[in-house]
Amino acid sequence: MTTINQDKNQDNNQENHMQHNDSLLRFMTCGSVDDGKSTLIGRLLFDSKTILADTMTNISNTSKKRGMEAVDLSLLTDGLQAEREQGITIDVAYRYFSTGTRKYIIADAPGHEQYTRNMVTAASTANLAIILIDARRGVLTQTRRHSYLAHLVGIPHIVVAVNKMDLVDYSQETYDKICADYMQFAKEIGLAGARDIRFIPMSALNGDMLVDRLENMPWYQGETLLEMLEKAPAAHTEQSEQFRFPVQFVCRPHASADADLHDFRGFMGRVESGEVTVGDAVTVLPNGYQSKVKAIQIGDEQLQNATTEQSITLLLEDEIDTSRGDMIVKSNETIEPVKQIEAFVCWLGETPLSPARTYILRHTTRESKAKIGAIHYKVDVNTLEEQQTSDLKMNDIARLSFKLAQPLMIDSYKTNRATGAFIVIDESTNSTVGAGMIV
Amino acid sequence: MTKKTLSHLDWLEAEAIHILREVAGQCSNPVLLFSGGKDSLCIVRLAEKAFRPGRFPFPLMHIDTGHNYQEVVEFRDRRVAEIGERLIVRSLEDSMERGTIVLKHPDEPRNKHQSVTLLEAIEEFGFDCCIGGARRDEEKARAKERIMSFRDEFGQWDPKNQRPELWNLYNARSHKGENIRAFPISNWTEMDVWQYIEREKLELPSIYFAHDRDVILRNGDIIPANVKLASGEVINKPRDGEEIVSKQVRFRTVGDITCTAPVYSDADTTEKIVIETATTTITERGATRLDDQTSDASMELRKKEGYF
Repeated sequence: MTTINQDKNQDNNQENHMQHNDSLLRFMTCGSVDDGKSTLIGRLLFDSKTILADTMTNISNTSKKRGMEAVDLSLLTDGLQAEREQGITIDVAYRYFSTGTRKYIIADAPGHEQYTRNMVTAASTANLAIILIDARRGVLTQTRRHSYLAHLVGIPHIVVAVNKMDLVDYSQETYDKICADYMQFAKEIGLAGARDIRFIPMSALNGDMLVDRLENMPWYQGETLLEMLEKAPAAHTEQSEQFRFPVQFVCRPHASADADLHDFRGFMGRVESGEVTVGDAVTVLPNGYQSKVKAIQIGDEQLQNATTEQSITLLLEDEIDTSRGDMIVKSNETIEPVKQIEAFVCWLGETPLSPARTYILRHTTRESKAKIGAIHYKVDVNTLEEQQTSDLKMNDIARLSFKLAQPLMIDSYKTNRATGAFIVIDESTNSTVGAGMIV
Repeated sequence: MTKKTLSHLDWLEAEAIHILREVAGQCSNPVLLFSGGKDSLCIVRLAEKAFRPGRFPFPLMHIDTGHNYQEVVEFRDRRVAEIGERLIVRSLEDSMERGTIVLKHPDEPRNKHQSVTLLEAIEEFGFDCCIGGARRDEEKARAKERIMSFRDEFGQWDPKNQRPELWNLYNARSHKGENIRAFPISNWTEMDVWQYIEREKLELPSIYFAHDRDVILRNGDIIPANVKLASGEVINKPRDGEEIVSKQVRFRTVGDITCTAPVYSDADTTEKIVIETATTTITERGATRLDDQTSDASMELRKKEGYF
């Protein structure tokens, strides 16, 4: 095999992995077709010069075919033929742009009530949400729904974009009123205080306050949308988290011709949270075996430590029987495996949840059969009322308890997004039918 | 204090390694599709980082249209020998002999027929997952593609029957006969690929770099002229009245000769290509894939039929 950066010394390695300022931010946009969400994304892509000439020609031809006078930037984000014909977006689409200092991944989710599952899907990987409000309409039921879901799925940064300011004569009064209404509601649901909330007036159609400030709103002195995106922290949380390392794959090249590798036993996985340093005392769960970190590698490259989101290979001092689904934690931060959990679940499947059935839960790299213990209540995503229920249909969100066949090593979703999340799989179809957040 | 985070290339690399390991952990008989093109070369490097010092937990497979540039095929074989992994080659020409692929005319572009040979190979080896180098930024229809994309027994991709993907919890389960297509570099753009190639100092087939080539200029396309295949056959001969001219070009994508066109370029190093990619005005497929231009939705239609 070829060698990978073998000649670099330790310091350079650390610098290579840690000191780059060209970070990556994943964000989502919430809003319905009428809010100008597609126009907003189209504008970001267009103004950041991500849209290339042939794509522009294509959408300009389509705009003409549809009898529009100007180029419809929202066409940039309409993906599939079926929905282009219907004129709506029905699934999460991912878009990319780069500013030179930062790469962005946009999860574009439709905002209608029946698409709660798409919003939850998009939110699960986002660190920032842009919630669009039509300046003419103010805070609506759907604004509440989007905000609640962003909160539930734990997006740390919320940007409330009051769009279509051009249609209210760029009125500061209208904007201030909407901001005040929103904050009132944000307090009610516990969003204010828990999350970083910012407001911005804009016109996606004209481009006011997106990439350029333009001159229509001299009364707004805050950052443009792009400035907010550029400055938002890339990490999911600024809190320090405990080290969680679910084992994905065990590397044992014992049949290799290289005698040095006969005893090699590498535990491969991604650092889901926290960090780890060579020499740390660790415990392998659920069995509780203890050892110390002997080495950390990415390919041939030796690291002194590894941090959240790095995919690494861990070597331990002792020979420990460990397999996929186990979790390595620091010995002073260990967790008790559990066989019963409480969670908020968003039902994703077309077939309603059947309380009598057995499902599979996939949590980190581990799977367990699970039975429903109880459905405590369902949350009306519009009024946020808790309702008694005995079933769960697609797009419903409910608080459930599960009984598990295998122990899981969990944290609450609030303290750890990676070890607090799971998906529910229907064994007969293999479909992913639920998304769970452990209470 | 702001927490330290990974650079965008390190993040993309870590994500791709995680996806490769999920495939290895969840699927019983995966295969890595490998053409010798730049995207699949990136995935080979990622697989090295994911699985060394062990062997790859999957073989490599190339679906050969028979219309590949010799430089690329030679490069493919050399790279496979270097990494010491197993390569399976299945060729469209065998499917044509079996009668499962029937060309409308001998010059018909062969890209869209690759799916037949691919499905035959999946059945022959019983693969439950094919790892590929497709990216979401390549084409509109791919923007909603999953990282683990589900295909039914006929290899069909049904946009309405895809599994939601949340967090990094992938569901690669399948029943016998069904299949998962896994795309570890879904979130990469063409620019990310070139930056990664530059950072990792990856070697590429020579035709990715600017070189002088005999071409035919036909309807605004640059057609490589008189290309000699490994079989000795010469294709892309000029039609009556067409002139052969020499131009400095490079390929942005490397696929079937009859449907992959080069672009004018003087970028003869990876660094120059990174700069050129940053300033280009035409999309990767728009510039170089002659088969995608028939309709705005042509990729989507092909995917439904089992195309990668």
